[in-house]
Amino acid sequence: MTKPIYSYLQAELEKRFKVLKLWEAQDGSRFLEDHNQIIRAVVSDGGTGLSPELMAALPKLEIVSSFSVGMDKIDLGKCKEKGIRVSNTPDVLTDDVADLAIGLTLAVLRKLPASDRYVRSGMWKKALYCEMLLYFQFSGKSVGIVGLGRIGQAIATRAEGFGCKISYHSRTPKPESSNYTYYPSVVDLAAHSDILVVACALTNETRHIINREVIDALGPRGVLVNIARGATVDEPELVSALVEGRLGGAGLDVFENEPNVPEQLIELDEKVVLAPHAGSGTEETRKGMADLVVGNLVAHFEGKELLTPVV
Amino acid sequence: MTCPPVHPYLVEALEKRFTLHKLDSVPDKAQFLSSHRDSIRAVVGNAAAGADAELIDQLPKLEIVSSYSVGLDKIDLAKCKEKGIRVTNTPDVLTDDVADLALGLMLAVLRRLCESDRYVRSGLWKKGVGFNLFLLQFSGKTVGIIGLGRIGMAIAQRAEAFSCPISYFSRSQKPGINYKYHPSVVDLAANCDILVVACALTPETRHIINREVIDALGPKGVLINIGRGPHVDEAELVSALVEGRLGGAGLDVFQDEPNVPEELFKLENVVLLPHVGSGTVETRQAMADLVVGNLEAHFLNKPLLTPVV
Repeated sequence: MTKPIYSYLQAELEKRFKVLKLWEAQDGSRFLEDHNQIIRAVVSDGGTGLSPELMAALPKLEIVSSFSVGMDKIDLGKCKEKGIRVSNTPDVLTDDVADLAIGLTLAVLRKLPASDRYVRSGMWKKALYCEMLLYFQFSGKSVGIVGLGRIGQAIATRAEGFGCKISYHSRTPKPESSNYTYYPSVVDLAAHSDILVVACALTNETRHIINREVIDALGPRGVLVNIARGATVDEPELVSALVEGRLGGAGLDVFENEPNVPEQLIELDEKVVLAPHAGSGTEETRKGMADLVVGNLVAHFEGKELLTPVV
Repeated sequence: MTCPPVHPYLVEALEKRFTLHKLDSVPDKAQFLSSHRDSIRAVVGNAAAGADAELIDQLPKLEIVSSYSVGLDKIDLAKCKEKGIRVTNTPDVLTDDVADLALGLMLAVLRRLCESDRYVRSGLWKKGVGFNLFLLQFSGKTVGIIGLGRIGMAIAQRAEAFSCPISYFSRSQKPGINYKYHPSVVDLAANCDILVVACALTPETRHIINREVIDALGPKGVLINIGRGPHVDEAELVSALVEGRLGGAGLDVFQDEPNVPEELFKLENVVLLPHVGSGTVETRQAMADLVVGNLEAHFLNKPLLTPVV
C-alpha cells in the first residue's frame, strides 16, 4: 500500500495478504530494495497512483489495484508493455460523484455554506434579510457537461429532474444521447451553458481543457463545477476570473495541487464552494470501492478474470 | 406593508403605484394605525407578518391582503372571508426554488457540504488533518414527503432523478400517484431515510413532527423542513439531535425566526438556513410581480391573478 487510504480496506487486505506499508518506512527506497523480490501487487489511490520510480523499484510487480476510477497517475502504456495488470473502481462511485456535482451546483447557486454561516454567526438575528447574499435559481438552467461517460450521464439524469436543459462536449457525439445537444467545442458549450460541469477523465488532451477562453465564454453569471481532476482546469485563470468577477461562481472538489487550495479561493467564501476531494467519500461507496480493490487482487492471484480491469 | 420590507424591488414597485406605509419601521404602531384607519385599503404581508384578526379590526377600509408568500398562516382567512376582504398569495412561481432547496439541504446534510467547505477553508486539509466527517450516500435513499401538494410533488420529481424511492403522507391518499402512501406520519418516518416537511401550516399540522415521529425516523434518519417552523416540536428536535437519536437535519425555517436554538450551532450533521426557500433573484421578482399584479387587478376591478379568498 502506498498510503493509509482507508482502514476497512487495509483490514480486508491484511486478512488475505501480507501488507507492506510504504508510508511507515523510514527510508522509502531502502524499504523497497529490501522487499522488491516479494512485492507482487500495489494498492494505491487516484491521487498517488503508481509513480515511475515505484514501478522501476518493483521488478516482481504483477498488478496495481487502484482505489479510484481515475487512472491519470498510472502510466498505463508502460504497464501494458511490462505485462502489469491494472484495475480500478468504476461504477460503484458513479452515483456519489454525480450527487456531489449537483450538491456543489446547488450549494453555489443558493449559497448554502455562506447562508449556514450567516445563521450560525448570529447575523440573522441582527438582520432579518441577508441582503448581501444574492441567490440564483437552479431549476430550468442550462447545464453543460464536459465528458459524457458514466459520471457525466449520471449528472445529466439528475439535472433533468430539475428541468435543466442538458448539453455536452465529448471527443465524439453520443448517438444514444441524441436528446442532449452536442457541442464539438468546449468554448461553444460554455457559451451556451449557465452551469459547466467537468466530468471527463484527465488525459494529455484534457489537461487545462477549461482555459481562459472557456471561462470567459461561461461568463459573469456562469458557474463552473469540477468533480473530475484539478488539472482539467487552468487554476490561475480560474482564480483571476473569480476574483475579477468575470466568472460568477465555482464548486470545486478537486485542485491542481491537492491539498493546496489557492488563497484567493479561500477568501471568496460566497461565490465559491470547496470540498476536499470527497466525490466518492461516502461510507457506502468507499466500502464498495474497497471490496473491488480486494476482489480484483483475489481474482488475479487465483488466476481468474479481473473484476474491473483497465490493463 | 406589515412585514419587514425585505426586497427593494417589491418596495419600489409598490411605491411607484401606491402610497406605501411600512408598519415595521413605525415606532408607535397603534397610533399609526388609528391615524391612518380610513386611508388604508390594502395590506402586503409575507411569511413573517400578515394580517391577523386584531389588525383587520383596526383597518375598517381594508379591501385586500396581498401576501408575498404562498403560506397563509399569518392571515386570518376566516375573518377576511367574513368581512369580504380579498386575499392573494404567490403560488407556483416559488415551487421550483423551494423544491430545489429541499434537495440542496438533503445533499448538504448527507454529504456534509457546509462542513467540508469549512474544513478546506480552515486550512486543516492542507495541514494533513484527517477528514473525519461521516459522509452518507444520497442516491437510492428512501425519501418520505409530508404533504404532496405542488412543492411536495416537485421534491418527489427531483429525488426520483437520484433513484430515490418516494413515499408520502397526506390527509388522504392521492389517486393515480405511484408513490407509496403511509396513513400516519410515524409510519412514514419509520420507513424512510429522509423525511421532508412540505405541507401547509394549519392547526392540524402544528407539531406534526413530534418526539414519536423523530424517534421513528431514528439515529440514521434525516429531517428536512422547508415548511414552517411550527411544524416541528423544536425542543424535541434539538434534544434528539444533541443526543444522537436523530441522524441529521436540514432546516430553512424555525419556530421563532430569526432565533435559532444555539445548541444546533456545534453540530456537524445540521444545516441551518435563514428562511431562503424562495429567495432567488428570479423568483423574488416573479413573486413581487404577482403581489403588485394582484393589487392592480383589484383596484382596476379586474379578476385577481392568484386569489385565495
